[in-house]
Amino acid sequence: MTQDKDQILEEVTANEYKYGFSTDIETDTIPKGISEDVVRIISAKKNEPEWMLEYRLAAFAHWKTMEQPNWAKLKIAEIDFQDIIYYAAPKQRPKLDSMDDVDPELRATFEKLGIPLNEQKALAGVASVAVDVVMDSVSVATTFKETLAEKGIIFCSFSEAVQEHPDLVKKYMGSVVPYTDNFFAALNNAVFSDGSFAYIPKGVRCPIELSTYFRINAMNTGQFERTLIVAEEDSYVSYLEGCTAPQRDENQLHAAIVEIVAMQRAEVKYSTVQNWYPGDKNGKGGVYNFVTKRALCKGDYSKVMWTQVETGSAITWKYPSCILMGDHSEGKFYSVAVTNNHQQADTGTKMIHIGKNTRSLIVSKGVSAGKSQNSYRGLVRINKRAENARNYSQCDSLLMGDKCGAHTFPYLEINNSTAVVEHEATTSKIGEDQIFYCNTRGLSTEQAVGLIVNGYVKEVLNQLPMEFAVEAQKLLQISLEGSVG
Amino acid sequence: MLEIKNLHAKIDDKEILRGINLTVKPGEIHAIMGPNGSGKSTLSSVLAGSDVFEVSEGSASFYGKDLLAMPAEDRAREGLFYSFQYPVEIPGVSMVNFMRTALNEHRKYNNLKPYTAGEFLKLMREKKNLVEIDSNLTNRSVNEGFSGGEKKKNEIFQMAMLEPRVAILDETDSGLDIDALRIVANGVNKLKSKDTATIIITHYQRLLDYIIPDFVHVLHNGRIVKSAGKELALELEEKGYDWIKKEFED
Ligand SMILES: Nc1ncnc2c1ncn2[C@@H]1O[C@H](COP(=O)(O)OP(=O)(O)O)[C@@H](O)[C@H]1O
Ligand SMILES: [Mg+2]
Repeated sequence: MTQDKDQILEEVTANEYKYGFSTDIETDTIPKGISEDVVRIISAKKNEPEWMLEYRLAAFAHWKTMEQPNWAKLKIAEIDFQDIIYYAAPKQRPKLDSMDDVDPELRATFEKLGIPLNEQKALAGVASVAVDVVMDSVSVATTFKETLAEKGIIFCSFSEAVQEHPDLVKKYMGSVVPYTDNFFAALNNAVFSDGSFAYIPKGVRCPIELSTYFRINAMNTGQFERTLIVAEEDSYVSYLEGCTAPQRDENQLHAAIVEIVAMQRAEVKYSTVQNWYPGDKNGKGGVYNFVTKRALCKGDYSKVMWTQVETGSAITWKYPSCILMGDHSEGKFYSVAVTNNHQQADTGTKMIHIGKNTRSLIVSKGVSAGKSQNSYRGLVRINKRAENARNYSQCDSLLMGDKCGAHTFPYLEINNSTAVVEHEATTSKIGEDQIFYCNTRGLSTEQAVGLIVNGYVKEVLNQLPMEFAVEAQKLLQISLEGSVG
Repeated sequence: MLEIKNLHAKIDDKEILRGINLTVKPGEIHAIMGPNGSGKSTLSSVLAGSDVFEVSEGSASFYGKDLLAMPAEDRAREGLFYSFQYPVEIPGVSMVNFMRTALNEHRKYNNLKPYTAGEFLKLMREKKNLVEIDSNLTNRSVNEGFSGGEKKKNEIFQMAMLEPRVAILDETDSGLDIDALRIVANGVNKLKSKDTATIIITHYQRLLDYIIPDFVHVLHNGRIVKSAGKELALELEEKGYDWIKKEFED
């Protein structure tokens, strides 16, 4: 509702990255660097079965044969993979019987971030979100487990899934993103430490939002988590991912994998509000965010929708994609990417049409300010057998000032003549006259920009669950502060 | 009270306002007329706080405060309203959200509590009736896809919402059909009080049939060259501006 929007505009005055605090809790870390031994140590620490270790080692062996990709539009300082800590876990009692056992310091951290770990409290309010919290690669708390279990829904940390549901993990892990997929995917498969796992049984509509909250806390750590979501026939789930990191001078590496499998008539909505530390005004520090996200619309009439609001990270490189394998399956991608100061974003999607009568929709809104670079890169591929495929893409760029850049790279590969593919792109600037008009009504320039940008991205924010739309709006306001004047 | 003294403004070294003097007191209605390009819109936007023009000389005070020292948003919050000759479209921003943000900014500035959603909507309904604006306009994005006449009505609606002390209406009557003109004029008249003043910029006598001015000024080449009572408007209507142009050739 509009009142929330207004409130947000008033509320948000802080000029800095407000999630930039670090938490003083003991962490269990291993020495810097990567080797076969490190992979073995990680697996051992997690008490993993042999098959899991074998998988990691195979991925590691493959990674060693690969070279880091070199992207045209991103300027990246050399990443020293031996200078990264591949495992860091908050040290605390290993097994939690209830949420009350969570380290108070940790609990305080998440309260500061606005994430309640206390189910009772959440229940007293409007209980609509189950949260799995991942801090420095390890899942520390999952809420509402029992509520979900009643419906047969599994929602737990990835490590727990490896122990408790090995058959499901073995069956689906790597089935959408194999470890050979790309450099960062291979690395993730070798050293991933945790993440979330969700399984929605046949015919079940998940009654609450499932949410994973990722936070990097320890210094020099890379975060390599993986998420696997399996939606059986006729099921439905809405999933949200949020991310924050403390402010640090050095760059932190984040290389995650998300895999989604949707069976017949299943529907999965995956929303991301990404707010990793973007670095300071001069481009120092910030998170490198290299993520592989892919959904397989396996069954007929299955649907997957990716919605992302990307405001953080020094460098963002991600292309949430849909493989539309089932006939009549549908993929949607809604994205807002905001870059300011020295941020660089190269993001977009891939829609691979394989089944007949498949549909895809792409709505991308880039907002660039400061000296940032914002690129949309999207691929629409219509395979030979994909009769009557449809795609509509709309890519809009909004520029603030004249030192930033917006770029659009749509790639089309159409191998079936029945396909209908439409692409529209616009680039606009916030006009001085629009700002002046707002000024004469009593709005400051920052407020004017906030309103205009929110208006511009509304179509995407409308796809987010209500609470997160509000959160996303706040983030937009914060990340564009000081970008005009 | 608005007091403008010897105001000069230029753009790229081209002087457009060349010494404007004008005093507007509460309760008064001033009409400013003058040929195209004489500087009427420039004067309005300089007063409203546009930074497109550079003020090179002179002063303007608003209820004792230095108007020219304030940023545009503070001028608005102090109670100066500018109805644009060409209102600007802001796609994606709803009128409701826009007005609510604006109004609450005014209230904050004047140390008043923000309106709740309920209070705001009630006020909006009242003002909509007052200025006879369609509900479907206020449900859309600010001026987006509005016809010329709708944009002008929307300016008057915003004026009604913000309740300024001094309103400058820049050719609000241009492009209006006779019904719309009557609605706009009625709106202005209803909002008028002994504490507020209006500056009406117009080319036509017909608006002044509805809104009777206390003073009529003629702007030519960046200066007010003639000021008189309402009869001057009739004279201009009859004779055009040529005689003025001739008289003040330079
Ligand atoms: N942005 C601008 N850049 C250059 N010249 C301008 C600009 N705005 C107005 N002018 C010039 O200033 C003069 C006065 O214009 P304006 O104030 O719009 O006149 P009026 O409203 O009386 O028709 C005109 O000669 C016009 O061309
Ligand atoms: Mg004009």
